[in-house]
Amino acid sequence: MLKALFGDLSATPTHRPWPRVAADSERWRGIGEALREGKLDLLGLWGDLAAVHCVLYEPATRNVLSASVAVSAGKAPSLAVFHAPASRLERAIGDLFGIEFVGLPDPRPWIDHGLWPLHPPLAERPRPRAPLPPYRFLQAQGPSLHQIPVGPVHAGIIEPGHFRFTASGETVVRLEERLGYTHKGIDKLLDGKSIDEASLVAARVSGDSTVAYSFVFARAVEAALEFQPPPRAVWLRAVMAELERIANHLGDIGAVCNDAAFSMMHAECAILREEALRACAVAFGHRLMMDRIVPGGVAADLEPAGREAILSLTRRVRRQFPELIELYENTASLQDRTVGTGVVSTALAAQFAAPGCVGRASGRSFDARLALPYAPYDVAPVKITVRPEGDVDARVWVRIRETLHSIGWLEAALASLPRGPLRLPLNTPTDASVEGSALVEGFRGDILAYARIGPGGRIERCHLRDPSWFLWPLLEAAIEGNIVADFPLCNKSFNCSYSGHDL
Amino acid sequence: MRRRLFKNLFTRPCTEPVSKGTAALEVAGAQLRGVIARSLGRSLAIREVDAGSCNGCELEIHALSNAFYDVERFGIRFVASPRHADLLLVTGPVTLNMREALERTYAATPAPKWVVAVGDCGAGCGVFADSYACVGAVSKVIPVDLVIRGCPPTPTDLLQGLLELLSGGAALGVNAKHA
Repeated sequence: MLKALFGDLSATPTHRPWPRVAADSERWRGIGEALREGKLDLLGLWGDLAAVHCVLYEPATRNVLSASVAVSAGKAPSLAVFHAPASRLERAIGDLFGIEFVGLPDPRPWIDHGLWPLHPPLAERPRPRAPLPPYRFLQAQGPSLHQIPVGPVHAGIIEPGHFRFTASGETVVRLEERLGYTHKGIDKLLDGKSIDEASLVAARVSGDSTVAYSFVFARAVEAALEFQPPPRAVWLRAVMAELERIANHLGDIGAVCNDAAFSMMHAECAILREEALRACAVAFGHRLMMDRIVPGGVAADLEPAGREAILSLTRRVRRQFPELIELYENTASLQDRTVGTGVVSTALAAQFAAPGCVGRASGRSFDARLALPYAPYDVAPVKITVRPEGDVDARVWVRIRETLHSIGWLEAALASLPRGPLRLPLNTPTDASVEGSALVEGFRGDILAYARIGPGGRIERCHLRDPSWFLWPLLEAAIEGNIVADFPLCNKSFNCSYSGHDL
Repeated sequence: MRRRLFKNLFTRPCTEPVSKGTAALEVAGAQLRGVIARSLGRSLAIREVDAGSCNGCELEIHALSNAFYDVERFGIRFVASPRHADLLLVTGPVTLNMREALERTYAATPAPKWVVAVGDCGAGCGVFADSYACVGAVSKVIPVDLVIRGCPPTPTDLLQGLLELLSGGAALGVNAKHA
């Protein structure tokens, strides 16, 4: 499909590692139709000063390609006309760049709440803000429907966002999300920064995925500069990424059970999670391993004591975790809450290219470590688990299996870590801008990074796409027809990032 | 499950005692309890507010409740509503989109109340401080009694920080800042 659409075009020579082509509006329409027919997956869509870029993935051939369309007179053709998952992305581009998408079915602002002093903040000439009319939630009509507004400040220790439930008695008829509360202006902050400064910002897009974000940012920058990180750094990066996956999966498995009022699993999983974080602190000097992956390599080495801490963690998880899995499986009251709850259909998961555990629990066998293998996963492939059910239970099981796979992968990796330097100096482009893109599988799903670096090594444009962009809409679908009391359970089984989405 | 419960009867708790080398944490907890007991009876109710953080601080605040730190043994607990809270624990660089929600949460918290800004972002020195979309320090929006820095602060830092507020902040109940 990608070949049929773009075979006759030559790619921009400055973009790496996969090709980027300039499309006209006719071809953009062709992309929309291919997305609608399910022949391509949309992996990202973001704005630029005079262009809109997208990344497309063809599952049949495992090919990936970036395409760009020029913005003329402030207007660009819409993909959302054909492909619903593009809708919020286009609304956000409109908010940030002031680009109008012709035919966009939902023209409401998305992350712009009308409070920023200048608008649009990333346009060439932003103007003082005119007040926005109140946000219009979608209507649900019928006898005895009532609305339940929740947030932005939620009841637990979680991030802010607004949920508008329309319910009929106990049953949720519609959930509509209103996000953007944690918008920190990350795209603008990255503009003009040096690579090292930008790396600090990238590591804080979503704190729970800090390793994955540093990883993907470093890979995009290194792709642009055609730089090869040293082998030891490559392996240490993946060791950190798997540790982050293990810690988060353990936390999520416990938290899902807690939201089904089974606090014992939560307490036991929280102990294992804390032990994982402590092992990370011993091994890499920071509990979340923030800023340990840097463009050019890694900033911390793994000493023998750290290696022993990680191996002692894997032994402990191997000993304790099977008992907890058994507990999860054999507790009828818990299974009663998770099995058959919050189903995401296989068709919907495919349409939204559902990232991570949510996709793999709904039959989408995509994991960036396997689909577009990057070092060191190209020589040390991971195992993945795919389930067809699409309910909360399936999402828990995918996490359980992945935790065990990651434990095995870590043990094998630690047995044969290459020696050598940790970090090498980056070359900087001298005369023209260079561009790079990368995809990294975080615990939540695939994270996409795009970086354009100008002469002198300053960031000209950088965009980081969190998996949550494609997960939040699926949560709305998953809760439909379930009872209100099962929302926390469904929500936790997705565990979307607000910060990563709002940027 | 019965087997697991039975087994746990004979396992030592992983909550860390004074003698196990985390004295700072335990002492912090013991002193904290004294101050809270004098001013608030036996409990300190905390409402956490994320004012645009990257969620790193939330992860470590969550960890306070795990079996290793177990803040509840000191009478500290997290509550679901600001109306039930004595203290707001605020994270993030206060995005413009969260500013009003933070002000309203503060207004909904009954006096006497305290505010602790958590993390480098809440302190106003995080990586997002210069953004068009952020106010900056929490203290630019509501009065702050204590700042706990760190990116993110560890659970031990958080507990010690709360102690500093409650032992140093002396005049509990009559806090001019929040009058």
